[in-house]
Amino acid sequence: MPRFYWEDFTIGRVFEHGPRRLPRDEMVAFAAEFDPQPMHLDEAAARESMLHGLSASGWYVCSIAMRMIVDGFVHDSTSRGAPGVDEVKWLLPVRPDDEVRLRATVMETRVSKGRPDMGFVRFAFELLNGTDQRVMTMAASLMLGRRDLPGADVPVGMRRGSE
Amino acid sequence: MRFLEDIPIGERVQLGSHTFTTDAIKSFARRFDPQPFHLDEAAAKRSLFGALCASGWHTAATAMRLRVQYQQRETAQMRARGEPVAALGPSPGFRDLKWLKPVYVGDTISYTIEYTEKRVSSSRPGWGLISFRNVGTNQNGEAVLSFMSVVFLECRKETAKGAS
Repeated sequence: MPRFYWEDFTIGRVFEHGPRRLPRDEMVAFAAEFDPQPMHLDEAAARESMLHGLSASGWYVCSIAMRMIVDGFVHDSTSRGAPGVDEVKWLLPVRPDDEVRLRATVMETRVSKGRPDMGFVRFAFELLNGTDQRVMTMAASLMLGRRDLPGADVPVGMRRGSE
Repeated sequence: MRFLEDIPIGERVQLGSHTFTTDAIKSFARRFDPQPFHLDEAAAKRSLFGALCASGWHTAATAMRLRVQYQQRETAQMRARGEPVAALGPSPGFRDLKWLKPVYVGDTISYTIEYTEKRVSSSRPGWGLISFRNVGTNQNGEAVLSFMSVVFLECRKETAKGAS
């Protein structure tokens, strides 16, 4: 059974994950696929840009944050995805081979009115670089199944009532 | 890319469309969002989504790719006409991103942007900030994705001078 249910996300609880190194190859490959701007691809062009050097696509940084959220706790939870993201701030450039850490703080929780077998958890996510500077913040809610309530994320054979 | 002054607020641009394949959905999910409903058909069937669907970050990053490609086309056309081209800067972030509907295997998402607001930057002479709403719509006309972006965009030289 998963370790983390909606009930385990109490206000103020902090989850941390990382560090994770962001290799140049992966960073540039992401930019080539999804954000092919010179400041993310080409050293010489990037030096002339506002960020003064090669920097990661913000969408790569978001995707890495998602991976760290999954590896940090979502993989062992009753996650049912997310309805969206309230706000992302890209505060500082992320450079090739930077190491980042994720910190997730529970800000608010509520049971879904439409689907009482699940709830919403609103997090303040922070991505910190090797010198503990925040490179990105994200305010977003996740949907999670509740403990002891049958739900779509639980295999049919394991649901209460079908046991 | 046009300069800040030359983009009318309210202008709506069709960026193009993209079809999400099983392989691409799983490849993105393996790297960045390895949750069962993005990776495994059987698990996805049992999930809230009912079938394999793309990571929301995959559908959002695709909006970025189509916008960059649109800007590159516009830049090439302007250069061909001998016009000066504005530089694009980085983005400070985005807000109100909503994954309104799942994007399933085979769905074709058409992306648009609509410019909503612009201003000359007070901290960066020669630059402005332009805001726009991004919307992704599936082949049934249903909105699947929506978010508000803001990005630094170069001003015309005369505006930059006047502001300094």
